[in-house]
Amino acid sequence: MSAIYKRELSSYFNSMIGYVFIAAMVFFNGIYFMAYNIYSGLPDFSYCLMSMMSILMFTVPILTMKSMAEERHSRTDQLLLTAPVPLWQVVLGKYLAMVTVFLIPVLLSAFCPLIIAANGEAHLLSDYATLLAFFLMGCVFIAVGMFLSSLTESQIIAAVGTFAVLLLFFLWEDLMSFLPGALSNVLSAFAFRTVFYNFAQYQVFDLSGLILYGSLAALFVFLTIQTLLRRRWN
Amino acid sequence: MIEVRSLVKRYGRHLAVDHLDFTVEDGQIFGFLGPNGAGKSTTMNIMTGYIGATEGDVLVDGHSIYQEPERVKGAIGYLPEQPPLYLDMTVEEYLSFAAGLKRVPRGERGAQVDRVMEMTGIFGGRGRLIRNLSKGYKQRVGLSQALLGFPKVLILDEPTVGLDPKQILEIRTLVRELAQNHTVILSSHILSEIQEMCDHLLIIHHGKKVAAGAPAQLEQELSGVPALELTVRGEAEGTRSLLTGLQGVAGLESVPCSEEGCVSFRLEQAPGTDLREAVSSACAGAGVPLLELRRDVMTLEDIFLRLTAGDAEGASGGADAPECPPQPGGEETSGETPEADGTEEEDETP
Repeated sequence: MSAIYKRELSSYFNSMIGYVFIAAMVFFNGIYFMAYNIYSGLPDFSYCLMSMMSILMFTVPILTMKSMAEERHSRTDQLLLTAPVPLWQVVLGKYLAMVTVFLIPVLLSAFCPLIIAANGEAHLLSDYATLLAFFLMGCVFIAVGMFLSSLTESQIIAAVGTFAVLLLFFLWEDLMSFLPGALSNVLSAFAFRTVFYNFAQYQVFDLSGLILYGSLAALFVFLTIQTLLRRRWN
Repeated sequence: MIEVRSLVKRYGRHLAVDHLDFTVEDGQIFGFLGPNGAGKSTTMNIMTGYIGATEGDVLVDGHSIYQEPERVKGAIGYLPEQPPLYLDMTVEEYLSFAAGLKRVPRGERGAQVDRVMEMTGIFGGRGRLIRNLSKGYKQRVGLSQALLGFPKVLILDEPTVGLDPKQILEIRTLVRELAQNHTVILSSHILSEIQEMCDHLLIIHHGKKVAAGAPAQLEQELSGVPALELTVRGEAEGTRSLLTGLQGVAGLESVPCSEEGCVSFRLEQAPGTDLREAVSSACAGAGVPLLELRRDVMTLEDIFLRLTAGDAEGASGGADAPECPPQPGGEETSGETPEADGTEEEDETP
């Protein structure tokens, strides 16, 4: 698995994708940080992260679109799938590489609460808890993107499909209001945005929400493995 | 030893591989021959674990690709028809990655990568980006990847396709060298290549085995009784009655002759007969000058074309039914007509 992880990680920096993703994340984080915390003087970095949620919906598809689709398109999956490596290690190696790339802007943004603290009142605990939720939310987004990428050979379709699913996650709570009561109650358990807002807006450490994020990430990694297995046998 | 047992691969209603059985002994250079779309790549993809079979199994030294996939995959080096190369890596980076994938111990990776690069003659280009390499060079990088870990079995799918004549010769020489230490299975739709390199070959058509054996053995056993082609100076009717009067003539037909005053015939002989002497004596006795007499021996190419003829018929239900005698060593040629499923040619790499 480490060979696949290293190869994937280096591929993001051999091409422009890794740099573009990190630059976009840092750039928009900087803009929101400047607008909310520097100019407006808000002591909570979590507001900046709330705005970054929508940016993440645009940047993650760029990061994930090639993960599986390109391998299939260029037939390099033949090397991976005929090597003496279990399939789950192939998928997990790729997933962890993308998570690592995402971790870089997250770690860079971890300096922001310290900058606030250096200049006045800061809510470090709530800010870092929100950053943790933001990171886990990104992990779910990446797992969704990887899954969508495993369904197609086209990177464009993978990116657009990922954006559509992430938008659905974002609008989940709003869409529930159009459903009948019982169904709405069941599906509201997957209230994706609410979990993050609990951290960012209400300063609540929503442990069950983090478990939901972890479970969703694991589910989509699992679905990616199943997609590859299914294609093999069809 | 590799055993392929009753392998079947279906894509929807299309049968890409149809109950394929064969065995590859250790140290053999085993050739897979068949027209485009015959099921060669699909079979190789199943043998290497890239795709699963609908039915059947592949055993390497008694270990099933489905029961012990990592173990079997570790014993096989695979060069697909399109080498699986990452264009953004240098040759050395790529091979180091492939060595890691194949679980070559960390301490041996550098030495092993250097060794396979020397074997395939790409050591000088180790630092070059794969995207900038020529087709032949890329093919050799792909072959180097297959060699890493020095697996017992090498499976090479059309290793010379798209190469220039010099590169083809280089690859052929390399494969022969590799065969001294590996079991090599290679596919091609070019008969001369297979005939030259392999000591055992399997002809498949529409996913079915139509013949198997050593090239010389197939030539001998499948060519049947050779016909005679002869040209005499004289008139057609008299010569025809002279020849049909000979004992052992199974058929006689006129063939066009370009020389004035001459006639040519193709004479089918009854099994177990050789009428050359009789024809020569009869012509001499009748005072008919015999200008040319030759045996029309079927080459392996003729056999291949006969066995794989009728792609059109195959699609509508009537590919040539092969008439291959049983092969020694348990290899039995199929006498069935390839199944007509009315579908288009298979996609080789699903």
